Amino acid sequence: MNDLPQALTDWFRLQGWALHPHQQAMLARAGEASTLLIAPTGGGKTLAGFLPTLAELGEAPRPGLHTLYISPLKALTADIRRNLRRPLEGAGLAIRVEDRTGDTGYTQRRRQRADPPHILLTTPESLALLLTYEDAPRMFGGLQRVIVDEIHALAESKRGDQLMLQLARLQAMNPGLRRVGLSATVEDPPALAAFLGEGTAILTADPGPEPDIAMLETEAPPPWAGGGGRYAIPAILEEVRRHRITLIFHNTRAQAEIFFHHLWLANEDGLPIGIHHGSLSREQREKVETAMAEGRLKAVVCTGSLDLGIDWGDVDLVIQVGAPKNVKRLVQRIGRANHRYNAPSKALLVPANRMEVVECKAALDAVRARDLDGEPRGPGPRDVLCQHILATACAGGFDADALYAEVVSAGPYRGLGRADFDACLDFVATGGYALRAYDRWQRLMLRGGLWTLRDPRAAAVIRQNLGTIIDIETVKVALKGRGPVLGEVEEDFAATLTPGDSFLIGGEVVRFQGLREMTVEVSRDPGRPPKVAVFNGTKFSTSTQLSDRILRMFHGAWDLPHHTADWLRHQREVSRLPEPGRLLLESFPHDGREHLCVYGFAGRNAQQTLGLLLTKEMEEAGLAPLGFVATDYATLIWGLEPVHALVLDRDRLRAGLETWLAGNAVMKRTFRNVAIVSGLIERSHQGRRKSGRQATFSTDILYDTLRRHDPGHLLLQITREEALRGLVDFGRIEALLDRVGDRIDLVRLTHVTPLAAPLMLEPGRIPIHGQGRERLAEDAATAMLRAAGLR
Amino acid sequence: MSYRFTLQGAGLEARPSGALWWPEAGLLVVSDLHFGKSERLARRGGTLLPPYETRETLGRLDADLEATGASHVICLGDSFDDLAAESALDEADRLWLIRLMAGRAWTWVEGNHDPGPLSLAGSHRAEVVAPPLVFRHICSGALGEVSGHYHPKARLPGRSAPCFLIDGERVILPAYGTYTGGLWCDAPALTALMRPDALAVLTGPRCLVRPMRA
Repeated sequence: MNDLPQALTDWFRLQGWALHPHQQAMLARAGEASTLLIAPTGGGKTLAGFLPTLAELGEAPRPGLHTLYISPLKALTADIRRNLRRPLEGAGLAIRVEDRTGDTGYTQRRRQRADPPHILLTTPESLALLLTYEDAPRMFGGLQRVIVDEIHALAESKRGDQLMLQLARLQAMNPGLRRVGLSATVEDPPALAAFLGEGTAILTADPGPEPDIAMLETEAPPPWAGGGGRYAIPAILEEVRRHRITLIFHNTRAQAEIFFHHLWLANEDGLPIGIHHGSLSREQREKVETAMAEGRLKAVVCTGSLDLGIDWGDVDLVIQVGAPKNVKRLVQRIGRANHRYNAPSKALLVPANRMEVVECKAALDAVRARDLDGEPRGPGPRDVLCQHILATACAGGFDADALYAEVVSAGPYRGLGRADFDACLDFVATGGYALRAYDRWQRLMLRGGLWTLRDPRAAAVIRQNLGTIIDIETVKVALKGRGPVLGEVEEDFAATLTPGDSFLIGGEVVRFQGLREMTVEVSRDPGRPPKVAVFNGTKFSTSTQLSDRILRMFHGAWDLPHHTADWLRHQREVSRLPEPGRLLLESFPHDGREHLCVYGFAGRNAQQTLGLLLTKEMEEAGLAPLGFVATDYATLIWGLEPVHALVLDRDRLRAGLETWLAGNAVMKRTFRNVAIVSGLIERSHQGRRKSGRQATFSTDILYDTLRRHDPGHLLLQITREEALRGLVDFGRIEALLDRVGDRIDLVRLTHVTPLAAPLMLEPGRIPIHGQGRERLAEDAATAMLRAAGLR
Repeated sequence: MSYRFTLQGAGLEARPSGALWWPEAGLLVVSDLHFGKSERLARRGGTLLPPYETRETLGRLDADLEATGASHVICLGDSFDDLAAESALDEADRLWLIRLMAGRAWTWVEGNHDPGPLSLAGSHRAEVVAPPLVFRHICSGALGEVSGHYHPKARLPGRSAPCFLIDGERVILPAYGTYTGGLWCDAPALTALMRPDALAVLTGPRCLVRPMRA
């Protein structure tokens, strides 16, 4: 069983290829029920995953689906298909390999269900769809192996939970099904193994040589505050000149845009440099990808859109601008340079400000120590389970006991209680409302012991709404007068624009002309500085592990550039440096206002929540807070009265959180996602939105209605859980309280301190008054009336 | 806070709730209540929305009646999502509605969703003429016409909400029902009906006024 077909062995020899030890090991372990292979980028781990399949199929394979390969990216499946075809065709093996994604045409999709290939390459979303058809047991009846590529990336989101439920489904159809997970960056191998399935064996390949990474040396020191790394542009251009292809990573699309704009202004040699991020139109992204693959570009400014996936060209340098926030992502990005086994990847870090110098140093240490980070996974989210139940009903009905047994066999749902499962089933079947209004119109009906769709015609709509990826509602940006589409911006951002505002997209400055039928119409506006630069920013919080490293570093031997070391020394002289087991607070007057700085090192989201909770307490204590700003490290609050003492009481903070949360926009945004994933509402499809008539009304209304009339409803529970974990990040506030206990040092000072000073320059200041939005809207309305000459 | 204006000589008030108040006539007008919308969606095999929108809408209507002391109410069409929704009305909600109707002149104007006669009390009309105004479900272009049907909505920075569309010749009311989508006020279907200087009055905690075309 473990022998490769002779023709394939011969072909490998002809190419001068020899199997790596971990590839041999995968062949030897082909019979194991579940294996997690951790191998570095470029180490042939995908081939390692497929080798047992090729051995089993052999030279004269029987028809039928043998192996399912699942990747997080559509582009990756097409790439893998090409890569597999070469050896298969070279060796003359009659193994059929096909991919199936949202881009696959109708005819091929139909044919694949009737006559599946030996190896099918797909995504979790396409697999979910396949499993809703009644003929799924026939198609998957002979399935032997499943390969999950980049499994760490899938495990980071609900897509992974959904996939594990689907694997449980497939396993129930084929008890002998074997699983393989592939990854290059895993911080906690046993946890990821448990996610893939009980009893998963871990196989770790030789990690390869140390990456060649350093901080970029620049003549000018980094600024005190802000992001973007503009100061480093001359040094970065120099590096671009010296390398074949450089990827320049940014943490947000907005920063990538601003950087690209300034890079062009400084690019006197006219080096061919492109930009690539998720807000750009698909055509524009494809143009950049092709140019890269053909070696026509020297560099690409990009975001997470190039984190994963296929090799576009011969990248030999990765530059990360701004603190990496997360070691795992940094390692992933570093791996984009030099996709060859046993050749070190080369990367440079560019801190955007002095604090980021410290963070970059901590990240470099962590990468060298191979100390990856990541938040532990919570239990499998119940909205995903609701969708799975609904999808399973589409496939022809299910027995509740059997489905429960299947669900708890999936790693993320191992701890799910029967009552929780039943609540999800009740929600799917009846809506789960306290007011039992839908007895006649239940979505699922129990017929002959099986839960089935009351109205089988509903299956089509359910299929259209499968998946756990929620697109942020975006609108297209196009040149006025039916001009070309430049990209997309968030609908929320578009709603804040007033005619005349200029912003950056695709590296161009454009001026907002108006919003017409869901399209933002703009005109080119070169040479002017953009007024608005922030859109579609994904705000990552610095990971707990990295924050801890930074705190420890303050008290070790500083191996830092002199400008940053001087800064920290000065802080230590006038105040203190934050410590791992203590919480430092500084209170000082500045510029006619009292200030309080809380160095919680809990990540941006948690520091922001802390700001909201503390200002609320201060308001009640009569300290008249006026506003605050939060970073990954600290919250700075300003107000009229000095703070001389502060008690962080967990119960009071929690109580404050409950009140504040209920009406908060974060909750509403989270609810929308939960409502879509769980199947309460349908996704708004582009076509329907085009007509201008909103088929669906705002989910905010549903949230408010449920909260008033049915506060214990399942979806509100899920929303709360998710918000606490995600945007509110209360877990990290609790971790902070656990870490510091009562060891709180409040230092009263006469001046702003070196560590607090950069916070004064941070954008994103949040004013404390409920009337802010209302006043903003009112002022804008008045201005519009005046501009239109109507008043 | 309401927005006061004059239409063909009649002094009117656009209320933040989405109701139109004509003090001189003691008349309150609401349009597109869409009672029973969630029930109808469920019946059609769609999603099971929180079944509380009828009582939510009744709650606002109750508050508007309390605040204005209206003696006459016109429901300007599409009061029920369809005829079956009317018969499926929850008993508690039906009693609440009957209590609101008691002691008031109540007129149900036909809409495209509920064209037939209704089982509820009150008078049933295709339109109501009360010079200088005329009330019908869909805008016909007549002077002094108050209509609904389109569910207009508008945006301002930080807010988007159902809105009144008002010019010197006519008014189009926002949908009063809780679960109602809408048509952006700059959609051609609406700009074709209103004069260039028309205003959009956004509902919400208080009325906000902007030009309809921006």
